Amino acid sequence: MPLAESLSLDLAMARVGFGRYAAYPIASAAGIFTNVVFGLMRGSILLALFAQRERIGAYDASATLTYVWLTQGLLNVVAMWGWQDLAIRVRTGDIATDLIRPIHPLRAALAADYGRAAYQLLVRAVPPILVGIVIFRTSLPPSPVAWLAFAVSLTLAIAVSLGFRFVYNVAAFWTTDHRGAMILALVVMSVFSGFTIPIQFFPPWLAAIASATPFPSMIQTPVDVWIGALSGSSLVGALVAQLAWAAALLGLSYGLFARGTRRLVIQGG
Amino acid sequence: MPIIEVEHVEKEFTVRRPLGRLRRERVRVRAVVDLTFAIERASIVGYIGPNGAGKSTTVKMLTGILVPTRGRISVAGLVPTRQRMRLAGKIGVMFGQRVQLWWDLPLVESFDLLRHVYRVPADRHRENLLRFRDLLELDPFLNTPVRQLSLGQRIRGELTAAMLHDPEIVFLDEPTIGLDVIAKQRVREFLLQANRDRGVTVLLTTHDLADIERLCSRVLILDRGRLIYDGDVPSLKSRFGKERVLVVDLEETAPPLRLAGARVVRVEGPRQWIAFDGDRTSAAELTGAVAAQAPLRDLTVEEPEIEDVVRRIYEEQPE
Repeated sequence: MPLAESLSLDLAMARVGFGRYAAYPIASAAGIFTNVVFGLMRGSILLALFAQRERIGAYDASATLTYVWLTQGLLNVVAMWGWQDLAIRVRTGDIATDLIRPIHPLRAALAADYGRAAYQLLVRAVPPILVGIVIFRTSLPPSPVAWLAFAVSLTLAIAVSLGFRFVYNVAAFWTTDHRGAMILALVVMSVFSGFTIPIQFFPPWLAAIASATPFPSMIQTPVDVWIGALSGSSLVGALVAQLAWAAALLGLSYGLFARGTRRLVIQGG
Repeated sequence: MPIIEVEHVEKEFTVRRPLGRLRRERVRVRAVVDLTFAIERASIVGYIGPNGAGKSTTVKMLTGILVPTRGRISVAGLVPTRQRMRLAGKIGVMFGQRVQLWWDLPLVESFDLLRHVYRVPADRHRENLLRFRDLLELDPFLNTPVRQLSLGQRIRGELTAAMLHDPEIVFLDEPTIGLDVIAKQRVREFLLQANRDRGVTVLLTTHDLADIERLCSRVLILDRGRLIYDGDVPSLKSRFGKERVLVVDLEETAPPLRLAGARVVRVEGPRQWIAFDGDRTSAAELTGAVAAQAPLRDLTVEEPEIEDVVRRIYEEQPE
């Protein structure tokens, strides 16, 4: 398929992903409100840590506040609270209609997810981040290079997240109830991604475990890029790690989906 | 060369059945048994049978989302399960019970996305969509989100989505289900026109036998996984539906008439329903015989309903 045609398909798919979320503006407004309230709570709890000490790793009180408002914004961009579109399509059998399209469902899901993420970034992420900047004087990326690095890192974070979500959704091919797997996945993701508290606040052994997983690539890495905790070779290393996790998880998704499909087409829906 | 070829195809499923409290037995169920048929390009074929006869299983095998246990299938020159994605561009599928449009989006946006998915050139897409809008009267709800469409509107949208990319073959599962009389008529005319003007091959499953009578040049009847009839509608009727009914209105209420080669099946006041074998007795002979016994006011002849025909075929099959 020529590149231009291929790109326009991905763009069209992304527009659909965007439009599906844009169709529910009231839900978005309620979500923004919730995100801001939780941002206030998380901010005051985490600030208490700095009554006793100046800094924890790269984080001082100001960086921690930036972290809070940034993660409150990004949590929807990387779908922290889960995504089960694919699992539901498998369970209801609607997946059959995806299989008779001349586009691979993983590619369709990835393209649509970038559309979804673009909507969440504009509508759900910008307001909490602005609240942080305007009310709490949180900081912005220090340089144009940092901005660019943040954009790259966030783009990769979305792919890592989709790869991970696709894997636990594919479980629906083998189990009648995928939600158990999903809830377990979400708990692990919210802790090890550095969403609950920064990974630098973990005891070293737990931080070491977290760094061996793909989860920091979803939240911690883009946040560290924003606050300037990563630069030079550590920045490049972090971005390469994100790219590697994205490739690994999307590859795993592809393989598992092929196995699930084979099971479906041999045994029936 | 036929566009669809099915040779000795079988599909078995393994079903687990509880056996006592803990043990379960695995049972092989044959959903389709030794199925063989071929469909020529540009024909409209009805695929009918009671629930669970194996119709959807067949359509799934033809579209590549189910692998046959045995046998050979070729659709548009491709092996469906091995070349599913290539085949996908050449076929259109509509499952009556499934939503293929994007639920949260206006109808027209689903169509636009499908243009990219099937790589239809923009002007071709515009031209096709214009034709569908006209034939299926889509304009009043083109910008309505799919979740807000009525069933009839959604079915018309689904039909458009299945055919917008000029597929060579369309598989339609219950394309007129839940539609009112006018909408049904519109859909049927649309399918006839697509078949006539563009040579689209149509395989449709339906419980609505009027669909079969109006659309299909050929019918395949499936029962418990086996093909029990393959032929045209008139010979189906003459083979299984020779019995016609003469309805007579007599001047006065009378006891059931006694007629050679015919029997009264129902009496309601002065009206009587007389069943007769159309091959052995003509309606004119029978009318004469009735008039000789009682003064006649009016009469009509009822042709066999295809429902009755099909019911009789099912009943005739040995268990």
